[in-house]
Amino acid sequence: MYKLTKAILFVSLSALSIAATAKDLPGIGRTALTNEIAAWDIDVRGDFKGLPKGSGSVAQGATIWEEKCASCHGSFGESMEVFGPIVGGTTTADMKTGHVHSLADGSEPKRSTLMKVATLSTIWDYINRAMPWNAPKTLTTDEVYAVTAYILNMGDILPSNFVLSDKNIAEVQKTMPNRNGMLSQLDPKNTKDFNMWKVRGKGDVKNPACMKDCIKTVEITSVLPDYACDAHGNIAEQNRHFGAVRGADKLIACDPHPSVAELNRIYNTPYHPGAVGSMKPVTFAITKPTTVAPEIADTTGLEMLKQNKCTACHGMTKKIVGPGFSEITAKYKGDSKAEAHLIDVVTNGGSGVWGGTMPPHGHIKAEYIKTMVQSILTGAK
Amino acid sequence: MSNELKKPGRIIKAPENFIDVSLSQAITKDGLNEDRRNFLRKSFVAASAAVAGGAMLSQGALAATSVGDPLILNHTEYDQTLGLPVAANPYGVPSKYETNLVRRESPGLTQVGGASVAFSPLQGLFGIITPSGLHFERHHQGWQDMDPTKHRLMVMGMVKNPKVYTMDDIMRLPSVSRMHFIECGANTATEWGNVAVPTVQYTHGMISCSEFTGVPLSVLLDDCGFDKKNGKFVLAEGADGSGMTRTISMESALDDVIVAYGQNGEMLRPENGYPLRLVVPGVQGVSSVKWLRRIEVGDKPFDTKDEVSHYVDLMPGGMTRQYTSIQEAKSVITTPSGGQVLVGKGFYNITGLAWTGRGKITRVDISTDGGRTWRTARLETPVLSKALTRFNIDWVWDGSPAILQSRAMDDTGYVQPSINQLRGVRGTKSIYHNNAIQSWRVADFGEVTNVQIN
Repeated sequence: MYKLTKAILFVSLSALSIAATAKDLPGIGRTALTNEIAAWDIDVRGDFKGLPKGSGSVAQGATIWEEKCASCHGSFGESMEVFGPIVGGTTTADMKTGHVHSLADGSEPKRSTLMKVATLSTIWDYINRAMPWNAPKTLTTDEVYAVTAYILNMGDILPSNFVLSDKNIAEVQKTMPNRNGMLSQLDPKNTKDFNMWKVRGKGDVKNPACMKDCIKTVEITSVLPDYACDAHGNIAEQNRHFGAVRGADKLIACDPHPSVAELNRIYNTPYHPGAVGSMKPVTFAITKPTTVAPEIADTTGLEMLKQNKCTACHGMTKKIVGPGFSEITAKYKGDSKAEAHLIDVVTNGGSGVWGGTMPPHGHIKAEYIKTMVQSILTGAK
Repeated sequence: MSNELKKPGRIIKAPENFIDVSLSQAITKDGLNEDRRNFLRKSFVAASAAVAGGAMLSQGALAATSVGDPLILNHTEYDQTLGLPVAANPYGVPSKYETNLVRRESPGLTQVGGASVAFSPLQGLFGIITPSGLHFERHHQGWQDMDPTKHRLMVMGMVKNPKVYTMDDIMRLPSVSRMHFIECGANTATEWGNVAVPTVQYTHGMISCSEFTGVPLSVLLDDCGFDKKNGKFVLAEGADGSGMTRTISMESALDDVIVAYGQNGEMLRPENGYPLRLVVPGVQGVSSVKWLRRIEVGDKPFDTKDEVSHYVDLMPGGMTRQYTSIQEAKSVITTPSGGQVLVGKGFYNITGLAWTGRGKITRVDISTDGGRTWRTARLETPVLSKALTRFNIDWVWDGSPAILQSRAMDDTGYVQPSINQLRGVRGTKSIYHNNAIQSWRVADFGEVTNVQIN
């Protein structure tokens, strides 16, 4: 009897342990096929592992650039209107040293892609996976080589007759301006600087955690700049209208701003209410209770323009990739055929009017397109 | 560091009321118009002169009248009528009075909404869990609402058996549920050089904390037979237009990285990567790749765009620190905080959040005098590894100018630095990893503004 119990116990325990620590997961997942792996394994590493064969010239790149890239990045890759600049701030001396001097002396406040990127593979990989911004993964392999070559040409790294390919890209890497500019936390030789990759590393900045008599005087060094005082809208409407605090509907501290010197005098002088040491005559701003229920209105044209991602390329007033809505409103003012024309352009695509290409949007319901066009023509609100 | 609520200090009574009953009722009913605002300003100056500069407007002050509060004396619109039936909102929504605390963009920070950030309204949130609808958003090429039945995850590279998993497969596997913060590496970036934005939503709102549910990445790596000798790194890749890619350490991958589908008891929200995302605890948020579709095991880092050109740290002298993944200990007072106004003198609960990417928060100290003296705050439970920790401390505001600061410590012994200690090592050209102590100036008229102090 004892033996039997023990045997049963043994069997059931082993069954339990198999269930709890199963290394095999029968019925879960399946082996990936070679062509599936090839379709998704698109990353290209710093040593160019993963780079597909192909080539593209600077001249081909220039043509693609004008058509698909310049509207965001500018004709010379220098634009900061939509994204950061791609080109600028590097010199032929940097190409020799592999250190971008303007990063050291701060002479170029806006850091361009070519100033920062050490590995050419990264530029190739990113164009291939994510560009053009509104139609990613639509360039062919050769087109990616061509656009990469043209960027390097704009940065005076490659001559205008160059053809970039998988054969010569490693040579071009040796001229990248910031190729020696990285202090990798993963470099085993970099033993002093191992703080920010390892989870339990010691930080590089120390604070002794003093508890009393820590400082003799309070020194305020920076306050909200005047231009930022109203930039974030009415803060009263960004806080509850009840509770421990309210949001300020206008920052009194900004109006006018006390000087940093004046603030430091106040914060280092014993306080007497109402005395000269006080900060300011009291003009307390009472916040606006915003207890009005939200309107559950029908979806507006503007909301539909956002939901259908139109605002990714069109600003409310200004051009982003395509024209701003108010620019369209102005252009077609009084034009009775405008509605039908714009419905056609949105549905089927168009080009030429604003110096770019409007892709077709036939997948959006016709009635939605009509509402959105009407909303734009009447001044989208 | 006790979690027991200590008895608050002496509570100073609210000053004499200075608003007459009819105005009080009109404000309660219709809000403040320009005339009422001006009248109140004048009344306030007069009243504050009488009580030496301290009276503030709160509902208490509005309601406390000699004739009694009509909201108490009379029936209300709620207590004599029938309420709504069950399931009137099959998927519940916040009260109609809670429209102010929403995700917001910081004007001028970015040019297009598809490559932008919406900040979490930390100034009004409680506890440590961020409501899923208020989790901060950062997208590089817009967000997609992906069909979960069409989603696939491939695990390949240095593995014996590369595999494809569907959501059905992944949701059958043993799951874990853990609370972790996700903080963008650029959180507080605008403040590296000087004060730039007014409120905690914009200074610190690129952090959120959720309970994530999913499969430990180690389970999938084991299932595919990853190369334990040479596999040192993992690449994670997204299925969206940006095809976000980041290198993750094998140490993290085998420790606590989660392939997550659940967030706060429900599926992930689309803005947060529905139906599948990676959660890499303690590391820059960009590594927690959304819409996760591929995991590759490799022997070297992958040099992706967001670890070569962005999410790197330009140091004094022009060299750039790369692969700086960890989000170090940091804290911020969320109430009272920038742009807020105290409703009167007296008792307040100073409250805020602390976190560290290296483990657990062990202590948070608070100063109300600009760093001359510090007191240790209460840490509220739970205090979890690589999760937000809520702290609270009592404060009686006597109406004098104050500067509020918080300073976090973690279980590696690291202490959150001042902005100048940070700049002393890292310079001012960095964008990422600003974990400096935040200072909020409280003026004698109750308004709180963002300042930096030495």
